[in-house]
Amino acid sequence: MKVSVYRYNPETDREPSMKEYEVETNGKDLMVLEVLNLLKEQDPSLAFRRSCREGVCGSDGMNINGKNGLACITPLSEVAPGVKEGKKPLVLRPLPGLPVVRDLVVDMGVFYQQYEKVQPYLQNESPAPAIERLQTPEDRAKLDGLYECILCACCSTSCPSFWWNPDKFLGPAALLQSYRFLADSRDDATEQRLSRLDDPFSLFRCHGIMNCVSVCPKGLNPTRAIGHIRSMLLERGV
Amino acid sequence: MSIRTITFDAIVVGGGGAGMRASLQMAQSGFKTALISKVFPTRSHTVSAQGGITCAIASADPNDDWRWHMYDTVKGSDYIGDQDAIEYMCQVGPEAVFELDHMGLPFSRTEEGRIYQRPFGGQSKNFGEGGQAARTCAAADRTGHALLHTLYQQNLKNGTQFYNEWYAAELVKDADENVCGVIAFSIETGETVFFKAKATVFATGGSGRIYSSTTNALINTGDGVGMALRAGVPVQDIEMWQFHPTGIAGAGVLVTEGCRGEGGYLINKDGERFMERYAPNAKDLASRDVVARSMMMEILDGRGDGPEGDYVYLKLDHLGEEVLHSRLPGICELAITFAGTDPVKEPIPVVPTCHYMMGGIPTNVHGQALRMSGGHEGEDQVVNGLFAVGEVACVSVHGANRLGGNSLLDLVVFGRAAGLYIEDALRQGMTQYEPSDDDIDAALARVNRWNDSKDGESVASLRKELQSTMQNHFGVFRKGDLMEEGVEKLAKLRERIANAHLEDKSSAFNTARVEALELDNLLEVAEATAIAASNRTESRGAHSRYDFPDRDDENWLCHSIYDPKTKQLGKRDVNFEPKTVDTFQPKVRTY
Repeated sequence: MKVSVYRYNPETDREPSMKEYEVETNGKDLMVLEVLNLLKEQDPSLAFRRSCREGVCGSDGMNINGKNGLACITPLSEVAPGVKEGKKPLVLRPLPGLPVVRDLVVDMGVFYQQYEKVQPYLQNESPAPAIERLQTPEDRAKLDGLYECILCACCSTSCPSFWWNPDKFLGPAALLQSYRFLADSRDDATEQRLSRLDDPFSLFRCHGIMNCVSVCPKGLNPTRAIGHIRSMLLERGV
Repeated sequence: MSIRTITFDAIVVGGGGAGMRASLQMAQSGFKTALISKVFPTRSHTVSAQGGITCAIASADPNDDWRWHMYDTVKGSDYIGDQDAIEYMCQVGPEAVFELDHMGLPFSRTEEGRIYQRPFGGQSKNFGEGGQAARTCAAADRTGHALLHTLYQQNLKNGTQFYNEWYAAELVKDADENVCGVIAFSIETGETVFFKAKATVFATGGSGRIYSSTTNALINTGDGVGMALRAGVPVQDIEMWQFHPTGIAGAGVLVTEGCRGEGGYLINKDGERFMERYAPNAKDLASRDVVARSMMMEILDGRGDGPEGDYVYLKLDHLGEEVLHSRLPGICELAITFAGTDPVKEPIPVVPTCHYMMGGIPTNVHGQALRMSGGHEGEDQVVNGLFAVGEVACVSVHGANRLGGNSLLDLVVFGRAAGLYIEDALRQGMTQYEPSDDDIDAALARVNRWNDSKDGESVASLRKELQSTMQNHFGVFRKGDLMEEGVEKLAKLRERIANAHLEDKSSAFNTARVEALELDNLLEVAEATAIAASNRTESRGAHSRYDFPDRDDENWLCHSIYDPKTKQLGKRDVNFEPKTVDTFQPKVRTY
């Protein structure tokens, strides 16, 4: 099958280019990461991140035939019709909107900064008990769909609002995390958390485009979380 | 050669659960702490842990007792786990787990609002007399992910200085073999730095990638073991490799033991629940070595399914969609993605798969690395400046076979213990050992060797050969002559790897260089495993030999110590002296 890969080495290339490869997959429905591993045997200079190869570490987010996803859990058959059969090329590019370090590796600095801005850790001023802080199953259920985020950045880098204002709009991943702590019955920093989001950019640049929802490899829904924060901010304003 | 030096009180190498628990402890106390990780910390392999963290927090059973957990762990270890270390882990465990809750770990809950606990393999009540226990604290089937993210978040809060995507290449030691820090380079820019510290903590994880088929992440290449062995530090019980019963056939992806804890069971191609024959009491919740061997016996006896007859099945559909989706949501996803089967409807094809390195750098309960006065034998001596925690360490709480859920507990308990010890030592004034320029040059030699290579074989092909050698010669069942052949193959591979070629010499995000350096480490772990395995002439825990099918307490109720300088295997006493309970004497181990 044919694979077309974005290549850029800042030391030797004046500009990026797409390089074409031919890979023997014997018609198997490989994961995109397995194809990349075969490519790397051919051409060890190809750079990409990978770790768990099972969709939980979030290393190998990339743009696969136009859509962000994790290479390790995207089978060729799901990329686009004809790719697995070799009728259409597999096209791999780095996540859009972030500076490229090399080939498929992007600089995720701004993405992590936005994550840190939401103070993504439990805050509770009351003294900790000798056992766990009790939480009802119902309260715990409020964290489902939030805590599973793997920080792969597929969502934020598919978001036009984030492309425009990556330094000021927190982006779907960071906002999902923000709500993960707002929703936690053990956290008592709700007011401080909300007041930090109450400006025109941090949260309100979300225009409900929902690209984040359509690309999230874990099936999470940042738009809904953002909606919940909006409601909390509105209620707080009243 | 002059390179930049950056100085810290303590450096931690590795950003998984053990490393981040250690760094958190020290950062909380205000010590200048750096964490060096070859991946962004939340991409570390702890993230893949599923089922939970085993600990007697007395939620599922208000009468649960850490001593029962200790009994199970000693028995599970096939009696070569150190009883003082196991006692410490099981006793301190609840405190360490409650701390995780206070940090925000989103544990699943019971109706009482407490942490949800599920049954896991090898667990009992009342010292094996009271039936199956439910002692594994869980955040659905994503406990490792929840734990790792929580620890990263707390490290952010407490100001740990992260060097993410920096690769630690070699230990730096002075002429007296005291550890002074590490040589590491930024993967992004290629800048090479000497990280100097009073305490160097290895938390580099396991090395499952020495096998072709493993549940381990691609990054699990034994970097800490490799660095230790090259620095002359021995490894202990390195022949002990756990094969997890339920890796997805073909893909190697892990399916948690929690599936069997929730009521799933294994069946052969005839649909028979075969574990009833091998472990009449515990059945599918016997310990992992027992279950993995039983599965292999079924497969070898022709009762495996599939075109090659090389897998059995994990049946879950009888648990119902609701239980599967609430308790095991991640498994449902993985099974659909990697096996093409929906566990709600069909069983998952599974096969024993390399999962965990019980051996590692010998340490005491404070995480201090140990060497033997006579190389492979003699008295314990502390390696000044070096600590090891988590899978890279062999403290030893797992002995010859780790119980499910004990790895996460090991990480947090001993990451914390090392942190506490180092804090205290720093307060009292810890020595900073100073290397000479020659010492630093010596530590740079390996990186320079690859950088100067002109031609030779490729890293990828040598790595494949190494992995298949380990897979074929040192698998679930082992045999003397086959292992001897394996040892010879690895000796030849050592020569070839010493002459292998790194074609790409560039600086920016050069993953080819990282993979080359990782190959050296895989080789170190593989060779130590091979020599230790062929020399331990008995069957114990995960080490199972056709030619020595029985446990031999007379000769082998001991740790093995592999000395890299002489490649000899020695013996070290197991600790049988817990502080607060009576010794658990070795018994015949049945489930």
